[in-house]
Amino acid sequence: MQTMSANKQLQMKGIRKAFSGIPALRNVDFILHSGEVHALLGANGAGKSTLMKILSGAYSQDEGTIVIDGQQVHISSPGDAKSLGIHCVYQEVDTALVAQLSVVENVMLDRISAKGSKAWLNWGKLEKEAEETLARLGARIPVRRKAGELTLAEKQLVLIARLLTEKAKYVIFDEPTAPLSLEEAERLFRVIAQLKSEGIGIVFISHRLPEVFQICDRVTVMRDGERIVTEAAAAMTMQDVVHAMLGRVFEEEYPKLEAAIGKPLLNVSGIHLGHQVKDVSFDVKSGEIVAIVGLVGAGKTELSRLLFGADKADGGTVSVNGQAVNLASPADAFKGGLVLVPEERRKQGILVEESVKNNLSLPILSALSKLGFLSGKRETNNAEAVIGRLGVKTSSPEQKVAHLSGGNQQKVSIGKWLPTGASVYLFDEPTKGVDIGAKSDIFKIIGTLATQGKAIVYLTCEFAEAIGIADRIMVMCDGKLVKQFGRGEATQEKLMLYASGGKDETV
Amino acid sequence: MEKFSSFLFKYGSLIVIAIVILFFSLWDEHFFTYANLSDILRSISIVTFVAIGVTFSLTVDGFDLSVGSTVSLTTVVTAAMMVWFEQPLIVVLIVAIAIGALVGLLNALLIVRIRIPDLLATLAVMYIVAGIHKTYTKGYSIYNNMPMPDGSTAPGVFNSSFLWLGQGKIGQIPVPVILMVIAVIVVHLFFKYSKWGRQMQTTGGNEEAARLSGIRVRRIRTAAYVASGVFAAIGGVLFAARVGTGQIDAGAPMMMEAVAAVFVGYSVFGAGKPNVIGTFFGALLIGVLLNGLTMMKVQYYSNDIVKGVVLVLALAVTFIHLNKRRNG
Repeated sequence: MQTMSANKQLQMKGIRKAFSGIPALRNVDFILHSGEVHALLGANGAGKSTLMKILSGAYSQDEGTIVIDGQQVHISSPGDAKSLGIHCVYQEVDTALVAQLSVVENVMLDRISAKGSKAWLNWGKLEKEAEETLARLGARIPVRRKAGELTLAEKQLVLIARLLTEKAKYVIFDEPTAPLSLEEAERLFRVIAQLKSEGIGIVFISHRLPEVFQICDRVTVMRDGERIVTEAAAAMTMQDVVHAMLGRVFEEEYPKLEAAIGKPLLNVSGIHLGHQVKDVSFDVKSGEIVAIVGLVGAGKTELSRLLFGADKADGGTVSVNGQAVNLASPADAFKGGLVLVPEERRKQGILVEESVKNNLSLPILSALSKLGFLSGKRETNNAEAVIGRLGVKTSSPEQKVAHLSGGNQQKVSIGKWLPTGASVYLFDEPTKGVDIGAKSDIFKIIGTLATQGKAIVYLTCEFAEAIGIADRIMVMCDGKLVKQFGRGEATQEKLMLYASGGKDETV
Repeated sequence: MEKFSSFLFKYGSLIVIAIVILFFSLWDEHFFTYANLSDILRSISIVTFVAIGVTFSLTVDGFDLSVGSTVSLTTVVTAAMMVWFEQPLIVVLIVAIAIGALVGLLNALLIVRIRIPDLLATLAVMYIVAGIHKTYTKGYSIYNNMPMPDGSTAPGVFNSSFLWLGQGKIGQIPVPVILMVIAVIVVHLFFKYSKWGRQMQTTGGNEEAARLSGIRVRRIRTAAYVASGVFAAIGGVLFAARVGTGQIDAGAPMMMEAVAAVFVGYSVFGAGKPNVIGTFFGALLIGVLLNGLTMMKVQYYSNDIVKGVVLVLALAVTFIHLNKRRNG
């Protein structure tokens, strides 16, 4: 055992971590060898980012030890981790770069700002070193350009060059390919291979299974704060990984109201926006609930915002009931019969500082006023009707929305659209942060809207919900709709497989 | 303690106004007389109109520094329309208000369309408009029978019904005070009961949520800047009517007074946001202070210190309170 750990490796042993009493990591062991690419996989909330934050010094563990090359180490700050040669390339590259400074300055930033560094800088030398480091990565970036003018992929390379100048021994990549195009990702894989050949140990976090199998030597899967399996990548299939990520799946029970499905109501054709949403086309019939599922970052929220005119698409059309919808602004989309219940409820769906009544009045102010002046009576009647219909728990219509529970806030966010007569409802993660009781209420509300002949688009990363509520499920991966399932055809494992960029090989 | 601080936020500025009035009344017997009090109200009436404009821009979470210059421009234009061009009263008023609306549209173009930050955009427009008004008058004030560049005398005079707007009285009450009270009430009703007022407040409260609720936020913000310009223009018209000349740089000191009035108003009755009733009390506080200090023979050029201090205190109270609420 002693001889084993004397090898060049980083070892995390018996790591435990709890947040306000709720365990996030339960006794996790993790070993990273020098010169290997080690995939760390798991569904949202499995604990992989908590584990890596402990390693990079952002959190400290409650229990457990970290051993590097046989030496026990203490990491209590990001500075500690860096001085041990542990570096992290975060997904948000812009937070780690200074846009106004040149590539040289950004590559050498740690050196320049280090304690005890020289007061006068030898730019010629720094420039040369930055150039050499970038060349080692096969990157041709003019070193005098400003970092802010680089593409996202180039910025990533600058960050990798920076950690090379710091003699990194272990590097954590947190979903590095999520914002990259295919070619850019391929280039990153070559860089990772280069780091590997220099003996650097790499943790690779990604939702895209095909690339995990392309570049990783070993795979560790986590679930619910535990390490489930660590295995050579060659010894596993994508199905094995998905199975380990999901564990035994309990198919949850959701009340599904039967609605008569009629004529096509919503038609989406060729909607696209950069790398985020790629040529999305689909139909939804009246009375039909279509779920669009995907992992975080698949482009669901972006799609919902494009369909509602909240962001401008590069191209594509939307029509409701055969009428083309103007997507210039949400007000125009609303006029065309579309409404959106946005994901960021407290920031976008409701005005938390206003009363329930004022929130429920917003989309129909004209209908509630005479000659431009609001009728208090009509406003109250409208609010009371919606509160009654949705069972919003509030002391009165005058209650501030900030004081309601998450579920009741969501009912307000949905309820404001009910009196508008809109025919297409877009729901973006409507059950996020609501309790189980409110969840089933929200499903009932959505089911009832379907029975009234509305067309429903339900965007979610909760696969079980989609299976429970939808008549049809489409899987979104990297901005594309990649697979469609009819009611009863989908399982959580199949959805996860396609959402991770895999394919069902048994069919 | 918590209760005390929220009580202070709610009624603090009203208490300060009461204390200031009490103090000056005890200091000088001439202060608390009908003549002097009506003088104070008359003196704040113009600033209140300008401050109502600022209330509009702040309500949509914007800002308008150009109101002072708009006052200056409309003051000299109304004077010129009468003295130089002998236009009828209705044309004079329409042109002045149209100028205010145009300045508002220019601000809206820069802020809402081109997306220049509001402070910077209106700072630039403030200079442009001030420059236009000086260029237009070649730096001279405009008055009855003034000499023209060609050596003749200006043909027109200030219209007497126009002067009545600024100097007349109905019963014992000055006309501009009546106009001010009407404006405060109408704008208050507008914000409280009209759908447009609600849309402005919603937009200012959370623009993204407002937009995603189907409100045309650009249109609403544009309307607020136009309203800001129009109310500043009314202020300019009243100024010309009150003084009876087209004074150069008439509006220069007003921007600061108006902004201070609006921020004092944030805390009146604990609104915590721009509100026109509060704005009125803010203007009143500044009017009382300036009047009282003049009586105490404090020199007029220290007025700016008073205005600056009032603004700083109002801002401090507002932001201490808002930050506490945000963190709490």
